[in-house]
Amino acid sequence: MDLFEYQGKQYFARFGIPVSAGGVADTVDEAVVQADAAGYPVVVKAQVQVGGRGKAGGIKLANDADEVRLHAGNILGMDIRGHVVRRLWIEHASDISREYYASFTLDRAAKKYLAMVSAKGGVEIEAVAEEDPTAIARLHIDPSVGFSEADARTLVNEAGLDEEARSGAVQVLQDLYRCYVEGDADLVEVNPLILTPDGRVHALDAKVTLDDNASFRHPEWDGFRDIDELDERERLAKSKGLQYVGLDGYVGIIANGAGLAMSTCDVVNQVGGSPANFLDIGGGANAEVMANALEVINSDSNVRAIFINIFGGITRGEEVANGIATALQRVSIGSPMVIRLDGTNAEEGRAILKTVESDRVISSPTMLAAARKAVELAGTGSGSSGAKGAAK
Amino acid sequence: MSIFVDENTKVLVQGLTGGQGRFHGLRNRAYGTKIVAGVTPGKGGQNVEGIPIFDTVAEAVAATGANASFVSVPPKGAAAAILEAAEAGVPFIVCITEGIPAHDEARTYNILVNRHPGTRLLGPNCPGIISPGKCNIGITAGEIALPGGPVGIVSRSGTLTYQALYELKQLGVGVTTCVGIGGDPVPGTNFVDCLAAFQEDRDTKAISMFGEIGGSEEERAAEFIAKEVTKPVVAYIAGVTAPAGKKMGHAGAIISGSKGTAQAKMEALSDAGVHVVNNPTEAGEKMAEIVAGL
Repeated sequence: MDLFEYQGKQYFARFGIPVSAGGVADTVDEAVVQADAAGYPVVVKAQVQVGGRGKAGGIKLANDADEVRLHAGNILGMDIRGHVVRRLWIEHASDISREYYASFTLDRAAKKYLAMVSAKGGVEIEAVAEEDPTAIARLHIDPSVGFSEADARTLVNEAGLDEEARSGAVQVLQDLYRCYVEGDADLVEVNPLILTPDGRVHALDAKVTLDDNASFRHPEWDGFRDIDELDERERLAKSKGLQYVGLDGYVGIIANGAGLAMSTCDVVNQVGGSPANFLDIGGGANAEVMANALEVINSDSNVRAIFINIFGGITRGEEVANGIATALQRVSIGSPMVIRLDGTNAEEGRAILKTVESDRVISSPTMLAAARKAVELAGTGSGSSGAKGAAK
Repeated sequence: MSIFVDENTKVLVQGLTGGQGRFHGLRNRAYGTKIVAGVTPGKGGQNVEGIPIFDTVAEAVAATGANASFVSVPPKGAAAAILEAAEAGVPFIVCITEGIPAHDEARTYNILVNRHPGTRLLGPNCPGIISPGKCNIGITAGEIALPGGPVGIVSRSGTLTYQALYELKQLGVGVTTCVGIGGDPVPGTNFVDCLAAFQEDRDTKAISMFGEIGGSEEERAAEFIAKEVTKPVVAYIAGVTAPAGKKMGHAGAIISGSKGTAQAKMEALSDAGVHVVNNPTEAGEKMAEIVAGL
C-alpha cells in the first residue's frame, strides 16, 4: 500500500522523525483554516501518488490567506498525470539551507536491505544515480544483524553531508530504519531531507510503501486505507477480495494463479487481441469467487469477450464450473465467454459446463485455441486502440 | 536421478493437522512420497491417518530420520517454523505459505545463510517440488507430470509450473524434477541454484525455465547459463503486457521503473543462447523438438 505524503508524514512522526506542522484539507475553506494554524508562509501541496507534482503546478507557496485561497482553488480538482487532486496538505514553509536524500528499501538481488544517502537531494534520485553515481552513498544491511549508529555515521560521512547536519542526520537515519523495519514498510524515502538555517534536519517529503502482508500486525493501518486512487473496476474487485489490475483492452481475463493470469494476458495479446484486465482468482477458488470475478469483468463496459483460463491445482474444476453456472443465473453477462479448463477435476467441471454451454458460452480445449476464439468473438469493432496494456 | 529430492527423501509436515497441511500432506503420501511425521506444537502423540504427530521438529527428526520438511503454516508462524526446522538440522525445507511479511522473509533468509549454510529453503509462496514417480512435496497434482526425464523444470509461478508439466506430458516428454521457486521477493532457492543442480544431474538433458516480470533473477540466470550451462535451455517469461508499477498478484511480480520488464529478461536470456519462446505451449513444443534431437 502506497501512502500519500500526509499519511507518510504522520507515519514518520510515530517514529520520531521530524516533519513540518501541517494538516489536510479537502476544500478551500479547510485549507485556509489549516494554513492559519500552521502559520504563514505555508506550502499548499496536492496529495496524489504520482511524481512531478511540483512541475505540474501542484505545489505552491502562499504568504497569506488570499494566496492560500487562490492556490487551493486551482490545485483541488487538478489532473496531475491522470490523478485528480481531491486532498491538499498544508504545512508551514521551511527555510532551507541544503537538500539531501535518504531511503531504505530491499535490494532483491543482494537479498539484503539497502540504505542510500546523498547530499544531492530535492531532485529525482534516479537522475542523480545516472549523472553522478558517486554522489550516492550506499550500504547493504543484513536484516538479521540490523543497522547501528556507527553504520548511520559511516553513511552520512560517505555521502558528504554538511558538518552541521551530521548528528541530526544520523538520528533521522536510525529513526527511519525503525520506521522501515518495525513499521513494516517496503520503502521509506525522504526527498528532500533538509537542513534548516538554524541547524535542524527535517523531512520535507515522505514516500512510504507499506507491506500488505504485514497488515495483520498493524491494525493502525486501517486509517490509511483510501481506495480513491484506484479506478472503479479495481475498487469493485478489491471490495470482493480479488487480485485485479485494470488494463485498457477489451478481452476480459479470469485465471487462477498470478503467473497464469499474466501469461493469459500475454497470449491474448499475441493472437491479436488486447486484455482488459489482469484478474487472479487465486488458489482454491470456489464457486462464489468465480461468480464475483465474472461480476467485476461484467461491470467493465470496454469488455467485449471474456476468457476464463483455469488450470486446477488446489482449485477444482467442478467448483469453477459451478461458479460460472451460478454467475450466469445471478447476473446477465454482457459478453460471450470462452472457457478453458484443465487440471484437478477438469472432467467433472467440463460436464457441468456442458449444461450451460451455448453460442455465448463456449469451451475450448487449449489455452491458445481459447485465446483465439475469445479474440474472434470480441471482433475488431468499436475502434479499440489495441493498446499494449498500459494501466489506467 | 533428480535434484534436491528422490525416492529416499523422508518428509515431515509442519502443520499436518491443519486443513491445507492435511490435504496436501496426505495427497503427497498417496503419490508415493515418504511422509514420515507431522509437527504441531501441543498435538504430539496424536496421528493423522497413521502419520505420527510430534510437538517439535527436533523430536520428529530424532524419531523418524526425516531429512526434509514441508512447511504448511499460516504467514504469522511460517518464519519461525522454517527456523525451527533449520535448527533441528533438516537440510531441505519447502515452504508453500503465501503472504509472509517481507521483513520476516528477508530476516529468515539471512539467518539461514549465516547460521545454517547446509540448509536449503525452497519458497516461500511456492508450489513445491516434484520428482515424478519418486517424490512430491507441495501442492502440485502429481498426475500431470510424466516420470522419467530428460527435462528439468524450474518456475517462479505455481499455475505456470502445472501448465509446463502438462504441456510436456501431452507431448510425451518426461521430467526429472520440477522445482517451483515461488513468486516472493526473497526466495530461498533461485533460478541459478536450480540451473546449477540440473547441469550437474546426469539424467537431466535439457532445462525448461519459466520466469516472470520483477526483480533481476532471470538476468542473473542468463549470466550463469552463458558461463556454466552446456545443456539446452528453453525459457518463457510471463508478463509482456504487464504495466509498470502494479503488483501482478505475486509480491515479487512488479516492474519498477524500467527494471524487471519481460522484454529485458527475454533479451538477456536470448543473448545467453537460450531458446526464448512466447507462451507455455511453444515452450512445450520447443522442448519436445529438442528432446527428439538428443
